Amino acid sequence: MNSKSLFYILKRILLAILTVWIVVTITFFVSRAVPGGPFASEKAITPATKAALEAKYGLDKPLMEQYTTYLSDIVTEFDFGPSLKNRGRDVIDVIGDGLETSAQLGLSAAAIALVVGVVLGAVAALRRNKLIDRIVMVFTTACISMPSFIMGTLLLILFAITWHILPANGNADGGLILPIITLSLSPMANITRLTRSSMLDVLGQDYIRTAKAKGVSGVKIIFGHALKNALIPVITYFGPMLAYIVTGSLVVEKIFAVPGIGRTFVSSITDRDYPMIMGTTIVLASLIVIMNMVSDILYKVVDPRITLE
Amino acid sequence: MDFKKIPIPTMHVKLDDFAPATDAEKEYMVQMRESTTFFKDGVKRLLKNKIATISFILVVLITLAAIFIPMFWPYAYDAQLGITPGKPVDASYANLEPFEYGSTELRRIEAGEEIFPHVFGTDSQGRDYFIRVVYGTRISLAVGFFASLIVLVIGMVMGSVAGYCGGKVDLVIMRIVDIIYSLPDMLMVILLAAMLGTALEAILVGTVLEKLGANMISLFLVFALLYWVSMARQIRGQILSLKEQEYVLAARAVGAKGKWIIAKHLIPNSISVVIISTALQIPNAIFTESYLSFLGLGVNAPMPSLGSLASDALNGISSYPYRLVIPAIVISLIVLSLNLFGDGLRDAFDPKLNN
Repeated sequence: MNSKSLFYILKRILLAILTVWIVVTITFFVSRAVPGGPFASEKAITPATKAALEAKYGLDKPLMEQYTTYLSDIVTEFDFGPSLKNRGRDVIDVIGDGLETSAQLGLSAAAIALVVGVVLGAVAALRRNKLIDRIVMVFTTACISMPSFIMGTLLLILFAITWHILPANGNADGGLILPIITLSLSPMANITRLTRSSMLDVLGQDYIRTAKAKGVSGVKIIFGHALKNALIPVITYFGPMLAYIVTGSLVVEKIFAVPGIGRTFVSSITDRDYPMIMGTTIVLASLIVIMNMVSDILYKVVDPRITLE
Repeated sequence: MDFKKIPIPTMHVKLDDFAPATDAEKEYMVQMRESTTFFKDGVKRLLKNKIATISFILVVLITLAAIFIPMFWPYAYDAQLGITPGKPVDASYANLEPFEYGSTELRRIEAGEEIFPHVFGTDSQGRDYFIRVVYGTRISLAVGFFASLIVLVIGMVMGSVAGYCGGKVDLVIMRIVDIIYSLPDMLMVILLAAMLGTALEAILVGTVLEKLGANMISLFLVFALLYWVSMARQIRGQILSLKEQEYVLAARAVGAKGKWIIAKHLIPNSISVVIISTALQIPNAIFTESYLSFLGLGVNAPMPSLGSLASDALNGISSYPYRLVIPAIVISLIVLSLNLFGDGLRDAFDPKLNN
């Protein structure tokens, strides 16, 4: 790795930190625009609790001091304050509760999207303009133009209500199957299209022709030469894919009643649990920003031909 | 070579060769095809693209239906048919299946009256579902259109300022664009819609915008704040590359003024980029609106949008799945055909893209 790459990586990390800081700042100032402040709740909290909260978060102090306290609490101890709905618990603990389920859901969806997408994309590229290519393209177009909540509910109607094959509730045995499929369809369609177009691009390259001319077997060309290079652009999609899965999991967890971060987030919106909304937004946004950064850096590092700016 | 055959040049000039052309001669020189403008040429290419044309017709049909059907439909989107002032609520109107009638309507039919059918039945509160879907389509289309308009105006101003001024102004604007670009947009939309809603509600009371609801206003606000960046980027890029084009240089060389260059070269050549990205922005906005409505952050009840209809339908999904399927099909149709039409527009009006 040369100094140019190091400089790029440093720049990218700085941009990510700046973005997270801006997210935190926006969250803070938006929360102060809410009438009654972030700890206002419909259920009246006791004056003692309120005073304690106001003392802890310094709501009586000047705005800039409140801001620095908020920022340093987050940075030093991941402290986003207490949840209003779940009495006596901190936002970060409530988020931690759903973490395992949500991670399982999101990672499985990402893995399925990646594997199936790459296979479908490669097959479509190798059988370009044949029937199977057409079918794959129509299928992916349908997947992309359907919002996640519609896809989820349609799958729910078909598999759980009409055919009774899979459970509708995310808590049941195998209950995560439908949510995982729902979440994976749209990223899968995107990966398929990406792989297909970059595979077509690679198959037209000179080194593929050279390999063919030297008598390398078809299988070896596809896996050893074409696919390896065709997959590089797919790396750039990791960031957007995570963003889609995070936002998609909000509705999917609502539809299938999956006990994850997404469902807690959605119910905290309905309950106007402001500290919860703020905390979850910051955690999920940071996750997406970091993933975007990682995939950007990876993309430039993996392919030496890409010039670093 | 036979030099003898070459006529010896004489000083004698044939005056006929220099006579002005007659009308018949002029007619002969006129080209068979009329000269086309950039716009006509693009439309011609667009019409050749069958998928884009069909999509466009579909979008127009849906839009016309959404505008005109509520004008003559006998039921209102927020009228609960079971409720008549001074009488107890007639529960027979709630959850009607398609083409079923409520109890009083059945009596009137027996009496020989013609009753307009409930094509899609009614919802759990006894409201005609067909008109709610039509009205929801109207709201979703309007949100998509106006949100894209906001994006268009802000993006165009910022992009052309950055591209035209260059230097420090460009640098500052592009850094802002970079940062906004790296914000996770959906989460920011949810945050702002969820938290600004209450703050805006207090401000909006008593104004024209009150009926629209604080959620929709914050949605527009979010679009104005976050989504202009890709439009600005494209327009800036377009202006920067246009400034360097040879024909601009040529125009300048033959003495064209700045005004002429802007009117004849810069605007016509960047307008296609603007139109295309606006066309592709509309389905994006409709998507976002339906997503927010599904999370309960959309239009204020009783006003329907396609997303809120789908969200409401989730409660009775096992008994009335069609209530979800109908708005789902409408959303998918609108988004799909707008996307395909946008792609067609891009192919037709930006032929350079294919090379």
